[in-house]
Amino acid sequence: MGIVSRGFRGRRGREGPDLPPGQYLVEDFPVLSAGPTPRIDLGQWEFAITNESGDRRSWSWEEFRALPSERFTVDIHCVTKWSKLGTDWEGVPVDTLMEDVDTSAGFALAESYGGYTTNLPLEDLLDGKAWVAYRFGGEELEPEHGGPARLVVPHLYFWKSAKWVRGIQLRDSDEPGFWESLGYHNYGDPWREQRYWGD
Amino acid sequence: MAGTTVLGRLTWRAAQVVGLRDESPTARTLVLDVPSWPGHLPGQHVDVRLTAEDGYSAQRSYSIASAPGSRLELTVQRLADGEVSPYLTEELHEGDPLELRGPIGGWFVWRPEAQEPVLLIGGGSGVVPLMAMVRTRRANGGAVPMRLVYSTREPDTLLYRDELARLGERDDGLRVDLVYTRRAPQGWTDPVGRLGAARLAALTPRAGDQPASFVCGPTGFVESVANLLIDQGYRPERIKTERFGPTGN
Repeated sequence: MGIVSRGFRGRRGREGPDLPPGQYLVEDFPVLSAGPTPRIDLGQWEFAITNESGDRRSWSWEEFRALPSERFTVDIHCVTKWSKLGTDWEGVPVDTLMEDVDTSAGFALAESYGGYTTNLPLEDLLDGKAWVAYRFGGEELEPEHGGPARLVVPHLYFWKSAKWVRGIQLRDSDEPGFWESLGYHNYGDPWREQRYWGD
Repeated sequence: MAGTTVLGRLTWRAAQVVGLRDESPTARTLVLDVPSWPGHLPGQHVDVRLTAEDGYSAQRSYSIASAPGSRLELTVQRLADGEVSPYLTEELHEGDPLELRGPIGGWFVWRPEAQEPVLLIGGGSGVVPLMAMVRTRRANGGAVPMRLVYSTREPDTLLYRDELARLGERDDGLRVDLVYTRRAPQGWTDPVGRLGAARLAALTPRAGDQPASFVCGPTGFVESVANLLIDQGYRPERIKTERFGPTGN
C-alpha cells in the first residue's frame, strides 16, 4: 500500500472485479494518438499479412469487407488509466485472416497508416482474442478512433489495438513497436499492471 | 538527464509538496521536491497516486510544467467531476507527501539541443507541457525560434499569464500569441473565437519552414488544429500530438 493521502477518500463504488488495478471507469471514449489522424482513401486501402518468409497475403477494402465478420462485446483498458466496459464492435477475427497463412512465427508486428507500429506474441492475436474491427456501436468506425479499420486486442492495454491498421508482419524474433520503444511495457497486460518498462 | 526517455523500472517515489501556486480559479501548480528525481525532458508527464486510509487508491497522469533541473512542477486543472484533480487543487497542503512515478513518455518531447524552429499550439490546459518546453528553452539560453499559440476560453482561464507576458516581450526569438475563444480582456483587438483556418495560418510559420510542431489539448482541438496544419502544407510526420480525452485526466 502506498503513502496515505490525508483526507483522500476517492470516488467509491467504481472499483470492482471488472477493473484492472489503477484503472478508472469512463462512459465516453477518449482518444489517444501520437500524431495527426491519417487520411485514408478506401480505394487505396489494403490490409496485408506477411509471414516470416516474406510471403504476403493482402485484401482490398471490398475483399476485406466481404469476409465473415463477428459482432463482439469487450472491455477495453487504456494505459492512461481509463477503462470502458462492454464496448460493442464488429470486425473480422484475426483467425479468419490467418486461415491460409503458413507460419511458425512466434511474434507479430502490427503496422498502421501513419507509421505507427506495435508488437505482440502471435498467440495473443489468435483463438478468438483479436479482431480487425470496422464498426463501433453499430456505426462505421470514426477516423479518430482508428477508422476505417483498427486492430482490437482487448486483453492487452489498448495501445496494442493499433488504429488505422494496414497489416501484420509475422516474425521469428520480437521487435519493439512505437510505444514499446519509448518506455511502455513490451507485453502490456492490464491485469498485471504492465504499463511501463520494468513493471 | 541527458537523453532521458525512460530507462529501467519506474518506481513510485515519495515527493514532498514544497509550494502551491494558483494559476487560475480552477488550476493550481504543485511545486514538488522529489528525492533522486532522474530528470526529464519537457513534454513528459508523471503518474500521481493517491491512497485512502483503507488502501483504496487512484492514479492519474499529469504533465510536467517545469524545465528539467529545477524542482518538479505539475499544473493540475480541476475537473468538476474529477476524482484526483479536486484533491490536488483543493485539499493538498504544503508539506504533504505525494506519490508519483515518472518521467513517462518519450515521444511528445522537445530536445533542447535540436536546432530546428519549433511551433507549439496549446488548447486549455494543453499548454502545460508546452510551457515546460518554453521554460527549457529559456533556461538553456536558447536561440532556436519558438512560437507558442495558446488558445484559452477567457482571461480567467489563462495560465501563466505574467510569465508568458514577460517571456513574450523579450526579443529573443520566442513569440507568444494568445487566442481567446469566448471572451477577451478589455481592449483586446484580435478576433475572439475558435482557432480557425485563417487565424491559424496568420499565427503560424509558412508550411515551407516545416517547424517541429507540438499540438496539445482536448481531442477536438487537437484534431482540428492538426488537420488545419496539414491543409496548410505541414507534413504529418512533423506534427506531434497529445490529446486529452473528453474526460481529461
